[in-house]
Amino acid sequence: MEAVRIVQGRAVPLERNDVDTDQIIPSDWLKQVERTGFEKGLFSEWRDDPDFVMNKEEHAGAKVLLAGPNFGTGSSREHAVWAIMQYGFEAVISPRFGPIFANNSTKNGLVCVQIEQELGDKLMAAVQADPQLEIVIDVEKLRLEVPALDIDVAFAMDAQVQHRFLEGLDDIGLTMQQGDDISAFESSRPGYMPATSA
Amino acid sequence: MSTQPPTNTPRTLSQKVWDNHVVPSSTSDAADNGSALLYIDLHLVHEVTSPQAFEGLRMTGRTVRRPDLTVATEDHNVPTENQHLPIPDEIGRKQVDTLRSNTAEFGITNYPMGHKNQGIVHVIGPELGLTLPGMTVVCGDSHTSTHGAFGAIAFGIGTSEVEHVLATQTLPQLAQETMAITINGELPEGATAKDVVLAVLARTGTSGGIGAIAEYRGSVIESLSMEGRMTVCNMSIEWGAKAGLIAPDETTFEYLKGRQHAPQGEAWDEAVAAWRELKTDEGATFDREIIMDGSECVPHITWGTNPGQVAPIDSTVPNPADYDDAGEADACTRALEYMDLTPGMAMRDIVVDTVFIGSCTNSRIEDLRAAAAVAKGHKVKDGMRTLVVPGSGLVQEQAIAEGLDQIFIEAGFDWREPGCSMCLAMNADRLAPGERSASTSNRNFEGRQGRGGRTHLVSPEVAAATAILGHVATPGDLA
Repeated sequence: MEAVRIVQGRAVPLERNDVDTDQIIPSDWLKQVERTGFEKGLFSEWRDDPDFVMNKEEHAGAKVLLAGPNFGTGSSREHAVWAIMQYGFEAVISPRFGPIFANNSTKNGLVCVQIEQELGDKLMAAVQADPQLEIVIDVEKLRLEVPALDIDVAFAMDAQVQHRFLEGLDDIGLTMQQGDDISAFESSRPGYMPATSA
Repeated sequence: MSTQPPTNTPRTLSQKVWDNHVVPSSTSDAADNGSALLYIDLHLVHEVTSPQAFEGLRMTGRTVRRPDLTVATEDHNVPTENQHLPIPDEIGRKQVDTLRSNTAEFGITNYPMGHKNQGIVHVIGPELGLTLPGMTVVCGDSHTSTHGAFGAIAFGIGTSEVEHVLATQTLPQLAQETMAITINGELPEGATAKDVVLAVLARTGTSGGIGAIAEYRGSVIESLSMEGRMTVCNMSIEWGAKAGLIAPDETTFEYLKGRQHAPQGEAWDEAVAAWRELKTDEGATFDREIIMDGSECVPHITWGTNPGQVAPIDSTVPNPADYDDAGEADACTRALEYMDLTPGMAMRDIVVDTVFIGSCTNSRIEDLRAAAAVAKGHKVKDGMRTLVVPGSGLVQEQAIAEGLDQIFIEAGFDWREPGCSMCLAMNADRLAPGERSASTSNRNFEGRQGRGGRTHLVSPEVAAATAILGHVATPGDLA
């Protein structure tokens, strides 16, 4: 994945709770065997509505998706992360993320910023009032900054995940460096463990 | 260097299984936050979340480390009629063909449509004896938690992690909290395993388990069959838990003995001796605990657009005004609008046009027996569309041997071939806009069963009774 140090830009305010990955990308879009082209499927059941927030001109080119609580719950489909990133978002802010979605994001360089509900509500109102509001997400310092609102708060990220984000590292390569450790572990597995071969 | 605590420290079941799978690092100190590299004992693969992972292996010149710990099947997008013919949907067919060529290229066993071992990944793993107590099991599917019913740590992963496991047979994992869902007492008359997990969802909502591996325990859980335990563990992700598991006991060993890949002879005895240690130690503590009583687990139904929007069948559709939290009230309003329901109406007054019995939650032989017992001697309501989709070729075979297919057919149900089917509408089995189902699956999200479709999650028994009466009903209503 590519290195991510700072995400800076405007946000789309998606004001609803419980946006599951079936809403982010419906299952019809999951039949592709390629890894690209999923931006067209992003929120596809809602985008037909011209009033849907992402269709509004003032939000074109936004880099941050500002979501309600329980964003990305449900299915493990990584296509949800691909769709969000391929559409052009680099970060998602929410008071609470679905765990598999949040984990998938760390494998692709999509920054998930979890914040307090109260701050989320305040930001939601602010972005709705001023679509040009500038948001800065600093992955190096782990700070969320909104200068116009005097907001400057820390957010959490696992240290290893942060390291991979900053360096753009592939974690399969990192694990493969432990090949000897894995072999040693394998030699200690109980003999009764099954093999899948027919 | 090892993250394992001294063996005399009381540990929970999930801590034991976790500790048994930590790959010690010879080059670096263990992370102080409890994260670890976990060895994976069983990797289940299907056509939808694997193509990009295999492509990643090819692009980086990597291979599959342990094809002998990996098994694939075709389930998500396969048709449930005429499986002997080519898949009519060209894109779906290409995805299945891609799985076949990828598994052939990398030496992985694949059970294709028509093979008796083919079926929903979470049905075939246990029935083939590939899922065993104390294992780590992963799959690119969020309902992998099903396998926790055997005392395994089992969880869903994304496609990048599928690639990671294919290449290394391990996964770096962040530490999780431990959680207990203790359900004491006994189940009320007419209640099922599905009602147990729906009642848990009524308590926790969709996020109560985030950050935790949950152990279901207590007399109600112990009283469940393996099929019932799988139903409960299956929906762990719906309330946000990383995984859900149940300590193995005699019920578990009885289920496993003699299955195709289960240990035999002396290896069986050795395995059972080890599995008996897989329980939470006296004195071990959980980071979180929810204590429930079996009496809470009356027949439930979802009324909204996430599985946490659920209530007893004997109750009424809620009112947004009942919620203190503005976000939840808004979610209720939005859900009622999508579902076209009115606050205060009785659940039994909800009229459905479609009934789906199937999915990794409720498509096992016991589920089909339960639904058939309700259907026997009745006819489905005129105009009702009904699908009964067995979870695997083996379930299908067993059901036919027991004559269950004939009971369903005589009652007017549509008896189908195995697959995920209308649970997620990746094949032709789907709701049209405005159609409403009673479904034994696990998700009632907007559009989950087809764009504009409305889903009510229920047990197989309630699904069968609803098919007969045409409105939401329990078997007791048929008298």
